[in-house]
Amino acid sequence: MSPRNIVAEAKRKELDILGICDHNSAENAEALIEAAGRLGLCVLPGLEITSQEEVHILALFGELEAALSMQERVYASLPGENSESVFGQQIIANAEDEVLGFSSKFLAGATTLSLEQVVGFIHVLRGLAVASHVDRMGFGIIGQLGFIPPRLDLDALEISLHMSWDKGQRQFGPGRPLISASDAHFLDEIGQAATEFLLEEGTFDEIKMALKGIKNRKIIH
Amino acid sequence: MKLRDLSGQLSLNILQAQGDLDVSVSGGYTSDLLSDVMAYGKEKNVWITCQTHENIVAIAKLKNLAGIILVNSRKPDQATMQKAREENVVILGTSEPAFAVTGALYNLLKK
Repeated sequence: MSPRNIVAEAKRKELDILGICDHNSAENAEALIEAAGRLGLCVLPGLEITSQEEVHILALFGELEAALSMQERVYASLPGENSESVFGQQIIANAEDEVLGFSSKFLAGATTLSLEQVVGFIHVLRGLAVASHVDRMGFGIIGQLGFIPPRLDLDALEISLHMSWDKGQRQFGPGRPLISASDAHFLDEIGQAATEFLLEEGTFDEIKMALKGIKNRKIIH
Repeated sequence: MKLRDLSGQLSLNILQAQGDLDVSVSGGYTSDLLSDVMAYGKEKNVWITCQTHENIVAIAKLKNLAGIILVNSRKPDQATMQKAREENVVILGTSEPAFAVTGALYNLLKK
């Protein structure tokens, strides 16, 4: 996985919009935005945040600055240091696939932020809060917490590639918007699951409208 | 054994007392995955966990558990405390880890 390889693979799979969400980090978002721009792809910078309850929440933003502000809050609440021998190197790259450095934060760990705080911070920064892979036991909101807290202001639920769209709708819809995503950790996983939206153009604001179902924007499947 | 006596014998702190401390405890269940407790927790069990989210109260209510023991000096979230008061779910606390509390409780109930 490197910025140029990711966007080339996304282009090959005919994707228009990518979300980049490293665990508890947005350090590679800038490189991906730059690399994707050259191929005319839209990138939503974000993070996959691990809450205190060990629930994964995707934080997606319209601008890099917002994602980096979120990262600042996450880093301030993320104890520990990475052990490269156990968890591997946490590479920070530029758009030319060059290594700029390594993150020393314990990105595989959990923050000390509660689920409600995570979602609250995302919304203060005008981002979208999406519960990751709700069909998965490990780090999924339902696996960890038994059910989705009714007052939690999530913008959408994400189902993994292991669950079909129809089954997802039956199990988790209606009421909350559902999206499907690949959660790709390796190049060949990119595009193995994706969501089709009806939008005017490929932007964050358009996706936001589609999730809310306003002005005829919508999630197709 | 009553929850009150169990709490005394294990030197637990009563963090939220509103509820039934005289309930007869049927056994224990130790897990931090709430979906797992939903599946396997049994009526009148005490539940040992480090999770402090307010959903623990709903699970305890749903499964009609005797009470919750929070380990490692974890404190319930504010919303958790409020909900536990409303729903009469007793919350106990200890500085011990789950392993130690579970072992002590196991021996106590086996007697």
